[in-house]
Amino acid sequence: MLDQNTTTRVEMDWSGPERLQMNMGPQHPSAHGVFRAIVTLEGETVVAVDAVIGYLHRCHEKLSETLTYAQYPSIASKTDYVAAMTSEFAYVMAAEEIGKFEVPKRAQYLRVIVAELQRIASHLLWLGTWCMDMGGALGGGATIFLYCIRERELILDLFEALVGARLLYGFFQVGGTRYDIPDGWAQKCRETIAVIESRVDEYEQMLEDNAFFLARARGVGVVSRELAQDVGIAGPLLRGSGIDYDLRRNAPYSSYQDFDFTVPTEKDGDCYARYKVRMQEFRQAVAIIRQALDKLPAGPISSRPALKSVAQIRIPKGEAYARVEGPRGEVGSYIISDGSAKPYRMKWRGASFSNLAILPHIIPGHKVADVVAIMGSVDPVFGEVDR
Amino acid sequence: MNAEQARASLASTFGVEVAAGVPMVVTVAPDRWEELARYAKETVGCRFFNFLTAVDWKEQGLEVVARVDNLDDNVGLMLKTRLAPGVTNCASLTPVYRGADWMERECFDMFGIRFDNHPDLRRILLEDTWEGHPLLKSYAVDTPHPPYR
Amino acid sequence: MALNDPPVPVIPAPIWRNFKELQEWEALHKTRPEGDKHSALFESVTEGIHNFPGGFVVTTAADAFLNWARKSSVWPVTFGLACCAIEMMATFCSRFDVERLGMVPWASPRHSDLMIVSGTVTIKMAPMLLRIYDQMPDPKWAVSMGSCANSGGPFRHGYHVVKGVDRVIPVDVYVPGCPPPPESLLNGLLLLQEQISHFKKTGRRAPPNVKVD
Repeated sequence: MLDQNTTTRVEMDWSGPERLQMNMGPQHPSAHGVFRAIVTLEGETVVAVDAVIGYLHRCHEKLSETLTYAQYPSIASKTDYVAAMTSEFAYVMAAEEIGKFEVPKRAQYLRVIVAELQRIASHLLWLGTWCMDMGGALGGGATIFLYCIRERELILDLFEALVGARLLYGFFQVGGTRYDIPDGWAQKCRETIAVIESRVDEYEQMLEDNAFFLARARGVGVVSRELAQDVGIAGPLLRGSGIDYDLRRNAPYSSYQDFDFTVPTEKDGDCYARYKVRMQEFRQAVAIIRQALDKLPAGPISSRPALKSVAQIRIPKGEAYARVEGPRGEVGSYIISDGSAKPYRMKWRGASFSNLAILPHIIPGHKVADVVAIMGSVDPVFGEVDR
Repeated sequence: MNAEQARASLASTFGVEVAAGVPMVVTVAPDRWEELARYAKETVGCRFFNFLTAVDWKEQGLEVVARVDNLDDNVGLMLKTRLAPGVTNCASLTPVYRGADWMERECFDMFGIRFDNHPDLRRILLEDTWEGHPLLKSYAVDTPHPPYR
Repeated sequence: MALNDPPVPVIPAPIWRNFKELQEWEALHKTRPEGDKHSALFESVTEGIHNFPGGFVVTTAADAFLNWARKSSVWPVTFGLACCAIEMMATFCSRFDVERLGMVPWASPRHSDLMIVSGTVTIKMAPMLLRIYDQMPDPKWAVSMGSCANSGGPFRHGYHVVKGVDRVIPVDVYVPGCPPPPESLLNGLLLLQEQISHFKKTGRRAPPNVKVD
């Protein structure tokens, strides 16, 4: 209790050791999903970040123990819902590895085409939302967002013609794919990627001429090589920090070794480097799709008969970890099977879970405004984080 | 260190059979868990921490599985340790790999495994007041949680 | 069979042949809960207007004007939870433009009218959802988008999933789909606009287009 007679002097100093804990709550306009960051601020500088996740924990791993290998791929697509094709890919590849099922060549090429189209669509959404976060929803950021969504709609039209759904597909099944491409799809696909290639050049020019974009992206959120490997981030984050590792080239799966493409790598490790990596990935994905469409062999699309019942696929006892290079990094599925129609244990290695773990290490030291830019360049999708 | 050398040195240092294949699976006793991780990082050169998880083998106890990679030499190592039935303590890999932080919090959340020397062991995906550890086989997938029916 | 009966009590439709019977019916059905009424002054003014011949023309015209104003500028709060949020964002963008309906997505709940719950509601998220809904001022509406928000969806059997957002907040329109394509969401939003246009503030609560049989 203060003595009434004594007066206390309070020094009002804005740079004092007063720390403020601010909540960047699960609902915020940064358009990344349900993520809560409790940031400790000293003035305008972030001193600590406590990332609270789990607001979208939908019990994937427990549910997978109750769903068969035929039922789960559609649910798997809901982990990384922005890139649903690569999510399903990991699960069916793991099941095929345990069961030693051969996937026909045509199915492998179709998987590659679809995965690369999905990579383009996912990066378009990333670019749109990242620029919108940095530019404001009603300001300049919405420009790039609307352009990117317009391009993404073209790709989603292709998927709708192929599968019937725009966002979450059931395209993969153990042994191959479920649908074959309809007539005229290949031609439409070539036209679409030609359009997208030219427009991506346009956006790159637009952004790099913008001084504000460069100021907000250069030197922000630097991830060192050693930290990147220690925490286990993957994908464009790893390649933006100088580590030349891409699963499509280092551990090729599904005939990626037949295609000729380069893996873009940048050395700086900041948001700008990751942006450059992803922009180059657009062009490489377009190149891969062109080659795959040119060389698409005829043949069956699945080595297993068409699905007639949910418990049709039985996998012998064993375990396997299969991984694919998703747009956000390494998406993997570790399945332990006990010989029945359902897995005994399925661990989903979500790319965004590992990527998000880097935030408490790189955000401290930056200003509040950089938090949004860094989060956007890390590109989390909370279906993968919380599973 | 490439795959063959890694396999030989792991087998000799830890006295376990390391099956060939991609990835190589190394199973050790829980008391050598952190030592194995340190050996993998420093000697074998697996500096990339991929994931860490656990498996509930019911009566046979829990098993902690981790995967680390050597990106330069393309070596993948699957590290496993089987905890005795009823044991829920395990050494933490956080001093070795920083990425183990969130992965071990998730294992604690889902399986109830307490990791010694973990800097901040609390639930990550579920609420702090949640009771039970969902991925254990004794937990039903549709366990109701009042007040939601 | 009990299977086909709706789970709500079926209230028989009112039958009247002339205005006097309507007045008698209304006198018997004047059961509006206390919290639903406006101030006593407002109620007495509208009753006064209704006592004049043709007074209903004034109140229905006022209702029509207010409803047109309300439905033509419904501002949704951006409450994207999961996959449906991506389709919601696609609906807000240029191909399936939702701004032509007057809907400007607004981040702050204090200035918005509509909450489109797009995605799975988990037990951890439900209190936050309720908090955002409470922060919205009246009149507010809620659209449950996608099967997860309708009933828990593919994750219904999960331990951490709330089986439908209507266990947390009152919902006006349910849009089915996983995820519902933007056409479906637009359909749902137009249905919501139609619902708003039947909103009566001045005392009469007869349901629209009721089939009398």
